[in-house]
Amino acid sequence: MTIAVLFFIIFFILKKGLPVLSFKFLTTNPGEMGKTGGIFSTIIGTIALTVTAVLIAAPLGIGSAIYLTEYTRENWVTRVIRFGAECLAGIPSIIFGLFGFILFVTKLKFGWSILSGSLTLAFMILPTLIRTSEEAIRAVPYVYREVSYSLGSTKWQTVTKVVLPSAMPGIVTGIILSVGRSIGETASVIFTAGSALRLPTSIFSSSRTMSVHFYILAREGISMSNAYGTAAILILAILAVNLVTYAIMHRFMRKYC
Amino acid sequence: MPSVAIRAQDFSHYFGTKQTLKKINLDVAENKILGIIGPAGSGKSTFLRALNRLNDLVPDSRVEGTLLVEGVDVYSADTSVAELRRRLGMVFAIPVPLPRSIYENVAFGARMAGLKDKSALTEIVIDSLKKTALWEEVSDRLHSSALKLSGGQQQRLCIARTLALKPRFILLDEPTSGLDPISTMKIEETLRQLKKDYTIILVTNNTKQAARVADRTAFFLNGDLIEVDETVRVFSAPSDQRTNDYISGRFG
Repeated sequence: MTIAVLFFIIFFILKKGLPVLSFKFLTTNPGEMGKTGGIFSTIIGTIALTVTAVLIAAPLGIGSAIYLTEYTRENWVTRVIRFGAECLAGIPSIIFGLFGFILFVTKLKFGWSILSGSLTLAFMILPTLIRTSEEAIRAVPYVYREVSYSLGSTKWQTVTKVVLPSAMPGIVTGIILSVGRSIGETASVIFTAGSALRLPTSIFSSSRTMSVHFYILAREGISMSNAYGTAAILILAILAVNLVTYAIMHRFMRKYC
Repeated sequence: MPSVAIRAQDFSHYFGTKQTLKKINLDVAENKILGIIGPAGSGKSTFLRALNRLNDLVPDSRVEGTLLVEGVDVYSADTSVAELRRRLGMVFAIPVPLPRSIYENVAFGARMAGLKDKSALTEIVIDSLKKTALWEEVSDRLHSSALKLSGGQQQRLCIARTLALKPRFILLDEPTSGLDPISTMKIEETLRQLKKDYTIILVTNNTKQAARVADRTAFFLNGDLIEVDETVRVFSAPSDQRTNDYISGRFG
């Protein structure tokens, strides 16, 4: 059933979107609010936003996971942190958008920008990153730690040289899930990164992502065919990210496991 | 009488409120193999892990009395635990190669101690592999995964990895419990070779193994050291009835 739905969605989007796709569609900026031209600036905007969000959230998420698993015993503090992360995961993205708008865009005066958008996205993907990293770290056999200590390692060496490398496949999986979510995220990004069609020049530029572009094209009835073209690229991008990750993990696992 | 390398004086150990070692008094002679036998839960592994302070990893672990390694108190505040663990190398019950290459497994301890020079590392790796008679078997694939070796090879790799620390002692915690008789024989042969340069403590579930390789044998039961003597004496004329019952297979 899930497979059927998945294939239906992919098939439907590609059928509508593929005819629009061309090299030119990918490499030219939108013209006339997106009615003509391609989606180049929105691709760049999506990449910039996603990469920045992951760069902000990954160290925080992995750091939290290391703290929760290796540096504390299970007590009320860890339970509060974990409960907080779970709650964060359940908040609708539009609320994140509003929060990001008030805090980053207006209060901290970052304006509609890649910075505001990626900070907001970082908060959204943090719970996933913490949970997947924590599970990956917990799955590292306890004896690896014993062996490491028995060979004269310090705690820090054990965590960085033994535990983290072994947990890396799981951690990377979490990062990919977050990338997928960031690429597709719309509601919170409209509020925080804005919808400028220009090519972004710094993290302080406003930028439109592919999903926002799709939303605006479809919502305002600007160009349905370009909207489907954008959607097709979105889906292909997410598929590609998943496939590449799968391939890398597979090679990594075959080498040492 | 050879000199005493390890001395336990009224040494007790607790996990929380449970006493796992009860006032142990035991001397371990230099360059000998001490076998420790006893049923599961008798405290033999706990004693081994008290020596290199691996018990410290368990919360609520606590000790009383003194434990001297070459005259230095293991549990004094100014003992460097990392340095202590390099001095008392440990081999575990199941072979646990880290998920890296053979070379990197053996070089691990030296790297963690801060050695970066490549030729020095390689020398240590080759030297350690030769001491465990593994060199001939793996010399052509040092950089392939250690997890691809057979169980017996993995355990000899773990011994090599321990030797690479240049320790003074080797602590073995039931090192052959998961291995076939031929691999076991190879490991026992390796241990006899190593005795010349190291002081070895061998915890084993297999009383016959102690009889085969240990110079002296200690019998632990429920956290008590029941008796310790020359292996031949322990197995031919034990002074305690419980030792006799255990080695003749009446319990355990």
